[in-house]
Amino acid sequence: MKKRYIVLTLYIVFLMLPIYWLLNMSFKTTNEILGGFSAFPREFTLDSYKTIFTDPSWYGAYINSITYVAINTVISIIVALPAAYAFSRYRFLGDKHLFFWLLTNRMAPPAVFVLPFVNLYYAVELFDTPWAVALAHTLFNIPLAVWILEGFMSGVPKELDETAFVDGYSFPRFFIKIFLPTISAGIGVAAFFCFMFSWVEMLLAKNLTSVAAKPIVAAMTKTASTSGYELGLLAAAGVLTLIPGAVVVYFVRNYIAKGFALGRV
Amino acid sequence: MNKTWDNRAWWLVLPVFLMVAFNALIPLMTVVNYSIQESFAANEFFWAGARWFRELLNNPDFHASLGRQIIFTAVVLLIQVPLGLGIALCMPRKGAWVSVCLVLMALPLLVPWNVVGSMWNIMALPDIGLLGWGLNALGIDYNYTRQPGAAWFTVVLMDVWHWTSLVALLCYAGLVSIPDAYYQAAKIDGARPWAVFRFIQLPKLKHVLTIAILLRFMDSFMIYTEVIVLTGGGPGSTTKFLSIDLVQKALGGFDLGPAAAFSIVYFLIILFASWLFYTLMMREEAK
Repeated sequence: MKKRYIVLTLYIVFLMLPIYWLLNMSFKTTNEILGGFSAFPREFTLDSYKTIFTDPSWYGAYINSITYVAINTVISIIVALPAAYAFSRYRFLGDKHLFFWLLTNRMAPPAVFVLPFVNLYYAVELFDTPWAVALAHTLFNIPLAVWILEGFMSGVPKELDETAFVDGYSFPRFFIKIFLPTISAGIGVAAFFCFMFSWVEMLLAKNLTSVAAKPIVAAMTKTASTSGYELGLLAAAGVLTLIPGAVVVYFVRNYIAKGFALGRV
Repeated sequence: MNKTWDNRAWWLVLPVFLMVAFNALIPLMTVVNYSIQESFAANEFFWAGARWFRELLNNPDFHASLGRQIIFTAVVLLIQVPLGLGIALCMPRKGAWVSVCLVLMALPLLVPWNVVGSMWNIMALPDIGLLGWGLNALGIDYNYTRQPGAAWFTVVLMDVWHWTSLVALLCYAGLVSIPDAYYQAAKIDGARPWAVFRFIQLPKLKHVLTIAILLRFMDSFMIYTEVIVLTGGGPGSTTKFLSIDLVQKALGGFDLGPAAAFSIVYFLIILFASWLFYTLMMREEAK
């Protein structure tokens, strides 16, 4: 019994170490960072954070990122809901092929899509807007949302639908008033995954934007490459990118286990 | 659940179909189009047939990237799947600590991939990073920017840090869904822990393990951002995986044809391997 918890504790310590190190660096002055190894900040400073919160090119990048992640999550869920319902309730021409085709898009390496995406979003004049990134990310988030929601919806007995229709509910009214509240946990989990995969992705986000809609992940790579000496600033920006994830994970903590099973176990 | 046959369901699927088609089919057609043509200047194209594919398949650099990619994916799967399963078995099923464990374990999954790279970059700096300084203090000569072995070690360790929790959380979700009655029956029969694992837990976990292995295979095979930030594919090209190679070709040069041929071969490899694995697992499950 005890051995289990030692293994678990060691693993969690291993997970926390790099995060601690990032926090540690973000509170150090540049001089101290370059001065040598130290396990905690000796001259505690908030300068790096001040820079980020006062420089529009930094905090603007955060706002850009949150904008496209939010647009992406909303679009993915709204579009995926009826489709997942169709897959969970009906058989129709080509349903299995369609489902597999959707999943293949989750398998496509973003590296394959970078170049054609840039061309495509240039052509429709969305390049360098949050919409370009939000729409591009639906490539892998819509299939994922359909997959997760379908799993949750299959767990809801069909009698629910039938009773509602007998009671005289129209389809849209049934869907919004009865069905959606029933699978709210599933929607939460699907939204969590859409948020997560859109928030962490960099390759597409970086290449589909240039100046106006530059996301935080792109702003950071610039710091990293132009001056290797701004480690403190890089660390502080990194710490700030952890916050939205931590907030979201806290809200869905009770559904995580179920959500990771994709509702299908 | 018995489903009704009704083709009107297509209306419900239509928005998804249109959106994914816009995002997937148009770019894919572009890629296919480029892959069989030769481009001069910006807008002149000539028919090149299968030339780019032949060149790619005979290119030793491509073989090297592919080889590195396969080794990396194999190593990462061999570490993460058993470790994740083990961690899931160690986790408590009930109580206040469950939420704490879940939240802490999910954290690495929500870190933007370039931040994962930066984080490990800072961690592994030989003179001032915890990992680099620590290893050197222990008397191990470690410098990931110069030694290929150290670079590989760091990249693999980073991926284990980043993704083992996904396997663990999936397995945990599978474990908590096993009804208590199974364990009680095992207890009455006097089954040892190993037997419980082998004959109750493992068969029940087959489905989530399939998902875990598939997801880890696909994602490790596409790894780009973390590695480019951590090592930039170096030292030399020792950690240059397929995506890094492809992005260099596609965005660096203007060789659209070869890059497009690369994309198609790359995508087909992932598609084929995933399909093969999925089919084999499902056939096994049907038995």
